[in-house]
Amino acid sequence: MSAVRVVLVLGYVFLYAPIVSLIVFSFNASRLVTVWAGFSTRWYGELWDNDAIRGAAAISIEVAASAATAALVLGTAAGFALARYRRFRGRLLFLAMVTAPLVMPEVITGLSLLLLFVALESWIGWPQGRGIATIILAHATFGTAFVAIIVQSRLAAFDRALEEAALDLGARPWKVFLVITLPLIAPALITGWLLAFTLSLDDLVIASFNAGPASTTLPMVIFSSVRLGVSPQINALATIFVVAVSILVVTASSLTLRRPQR
Amino acid sequence: MNAPDPMGRRVAIGLPYLWLVVFVLVPFLIVLTISFAESALGIPPYIAPLGFAKGWIPQLRGTLGSYGLILGDSLYLKAYLNSLRFAAVAMLLCLLLGYPMAYAIARAPERWRNPLLMLVILPFWTSFLIRVYAWIGILKTNGLINNLLLWTGIVHEPLPLLNNEFSVELGLVYSYLPFMILPLYATLERMDLSLLEAAADLGATPFRAFLAVTLPLSLPGIAAGAALVFIPAVGEFVIPDLLGGPDTLMIGKVLWDEFFTNRDWPVASAVAVAMLVLLVAPIVLAQHALRKGAESS
Amino acid sequence: MPYASEAAPLVSVVGVTKRFGEMAAVDGVSLEIARGEFFALLGPSGCGKTTLLRMLAGFEVPDAGRILIDGIDMTDVPPYARPVNMMFQSYALFPHMSVRENVAFGLRQERVAKPAIRERVAAVLDLVQMGGLGDRRPHQLSGGQRQRVALARALVKQPKLLLLDEPLAALDRKLREQTQFELVRIQEQVGITFVVVTHDQAEAMTMASRIAVMDRGRLLQIGPPSEVYEAPNSRFVADFIGSVNFLPGTVRATTDRGLLIASTDAGLLRVAGAGATPDGAEVTVALRPEKIAMSRTPASRHDNQCTGVVREIGYLGGFSLFRVALQSGAVLRVSLPNAERSAATQFARDEQVFLSWTSGAGLVLVE
Repeated sequence: MSAVRVVLVLGYVFLYAPIVSLIVFSFNASRLVTVWAGFSTRWYGELWDNDAIRGAAAISIEVAASAATAALVLGTAAGFALARYRRFRGRLLFLAMVTAPLVMPEVITGLSLLLLFVALESWIGWPQGRGIATIILAHATFGTAFVAIIVQSRLAAFDRALEEAALDLGARPWKVFLVITLPLIAPALITGWLLAFTLSLDDLVIASFNAGPASTTLPMVIFSSVRLGVSPQINALATIFVVAVSILVVTASSLTLRRPQR
Repeated sequence: MNAPDPMGRRVAIGLPYLWLVVFVLVPFLIVLTISFAESALGIPPYIAPLGFAKGWIPQLRGTLGSYGLILGDSLYLKAYLNSLRFAAVAMLLCLLLGYPMAYAIARAPERWRNPLLMLVILPFWTSFLIRVYAWIGILKTNGLINNLLLWTGIVHEPLPLLNNEFSVELGLVYSYLPFMILPLYATLERMDLSLLEAAADLGATPFRAFLAVTLPLSLPGIAAGAALVFIPAVGEFVIPDLLGGPDTLMIGKVLWDEFFTNRDWPVASAVAVAMLVLLVAPIVLAQHALRKGAESS
Repeated sequence: MPYASEAAPLVSVVGVTKRFGEMAAVDGVSLEIARGEFFALLGPSGCGKTTLLRMLAGFEVPDAGRILIDGIDMTDVPPYARPVNMMFQSYALFPHMSVRENVAFGLRQERVAKPAIRERVAAVLDLVQMGGLGDRRPHQLSGGQRQRVALARALVKQPKLLLLDEPLAALDRKLREQTQFELVRIQEQVGITFVVVTHDQAEAMTMASRIAVMDRGRLLQIGPPSEVYEAPNSRFVADFIGSVNFLPGTVRATTDRGLLIASTDAGLLRVAGAGATPDGAEVTVALRPEKIAMSRTPASRHDNQCTGVVREIGYLGGFSLFRVALQSGAVLRVSLPNAERSAATQFARDEQVFLSWTSGAGLVLVE
């Protein structure tokens, strides 16, 4: 048992050492990312003044919020379909299409969606070129799969008698959905939205395939900057990222943990 | 439940169904079609294999040229095999590191489990790209590790840690470790501990009990974790691109380069189809069969 | 216009069948439940009793047959439009609502005025002795308290029919006994017709005014508890309700003191009260263990007697259970009350004993 615990601690060191080093060197005065030259917040200042990054961040947040919201609606419906309707025509194909984005390598998902948009443009004249809209559509598809799986597994553990009780007490099906089902699966919906949002915010590959000239997302900017070499501004950005996400995830999970499950 | 709610049912099935057909099924069929297209200069840079001459008469102009190119050039084969090897080794290393971690979390006192699990998931929520980037600063010639080793005098020349197989493998294990731990934790945590007590009661040492009881019962978790690591690792682009070197070609990067650098869409499509048919489909089917088997037993 | 008179049954189930795939969960069941009854559906798990209950609630639609409540055909009416409420086995209390909100839920659906809701919720919570706990959430309640809230929530709409799905299954033994009587008290107080589903025969017999015994989708027998116990119409009912010995045999003669039956296990049997049965008919005599007397010397007055050897003894506190091997090799179960504290009257293992019973003790089953 103790040997296993040693591995656990080492595993955490492995997982967190790179992140900690990023944060530490974001406060380094030197341009050299790995040589400590005193504490400084100058990279945060330069990051703030970097219009390319700020613009890309705004685009990324817009894309992620829209895609996550679309994915929430579509994924909730899909999760319901999978959990509640055990047989309908084409269920196997439906299941395959829900799982495909989860298991397909991102390069394939990205390429296939791009080819779709190109083909659509030549067939119906829409979308004209690629841009924010095509990235949102691509990310919404991707996010739908994740939301669907989360909602499905939450519904699988859902006591159907609660809905039957509400029906029995005189509530109509839509009302039951609104006042019983929805509030009770809300934690799963929040998790699903956050996951779709983060995945979109984090995605480089699919966005690169489906982006246009005026729709460079944050990961695309980071990627091209990193390819040119290590940059302290990216460290500063990473630190902001890590802090924001940690706060978000820890609050969200402590909220859902405090709620009574049944 | 039989209480009729045809409206809700139609929306719940129809809406995502339509979306997925348009944005998952159709795109895949287009990839399949274009993998048989001839590459050409222009926008888009290919001649559609299914055309309509004079607007009415359907015309087939397919070619197997792209597939011929993939089979003919050893670069593609090498990239495929490399991807398989990298993904398999990453899977194995993730299992070796992830199993004890998942085990330790699952057997920790109950109030510790959620925070410990959270610590595993947290990096996954922070940017993947940035986490890979962090390793560059650590591994490069004048990076953290080499500086430390030189400073302590353990080595006198910086070690080549970046842009080789080692750094790619490290990046894969680092990025996909949580995907191994989560399903393993789920099966180990669910396990009935009285089974181990029964084994001990019948005279098994803790190690024997682990081999005879815990390990077989956690096989579904191992299988799920292995697939979750292996499949995305095979198609990985960012890690070989940022941490790899000229010798660490992986198929995801080949597809990317075909598309963005060579602008050869038919070959990129053919690579995608080959990747799906040769790598992804067999694993998905095996997984499916495994799950069916687990359900029936 | 169907007119609902006082004499007409509240519930009529007419030839109802429900299939799930190949299997008929409920197979051609017809029964009637009178106004004000405490009715029990009893049977082993999978017998179809819960499916029948869910069809009364409207959660399942029968494949064939009709369900009438108060003279109105309810077969295709959805659950939210039926004058029926249900108490679920899991209680199904809404976890995101307080006790008071749970109980008020049904009234709010009917758009009852707020002050009236407050009044009725308070009254029904008092009825189930939960008056002080209205602000609690379900997870802050004990199992017994949840059960009361579930009952209050189902009662508050004053349905014509209250359905209870295994209402006591989740309670521990002591509480279950106490709650049985409480349910009966509440039912008498509110006067609503109760239909309870249970697999526990003791529970059904304590609470219900009539019991319907089901097996494999079919209705086997309906009657008051004493009738179902003392005059079961089949081996299944006799065996499911209480403990019983079966003695197969052939009718030899019909006398004015009952049938003479030649049993392979216990010799010639005399059984009174059976209808006319032709000589030579193959029958089974059902004999409850508590109706057999056991002694060390032959009984002086008896209709039936045989000898045997005590093989096993089970001491159960209030009474003891004996397994007595007859000369034929058949084993009879005999139960005797432990009237004295001393063990002197107890029989010993391997002791030779005489078993006797009256002609009114056994029951002839023709199948």
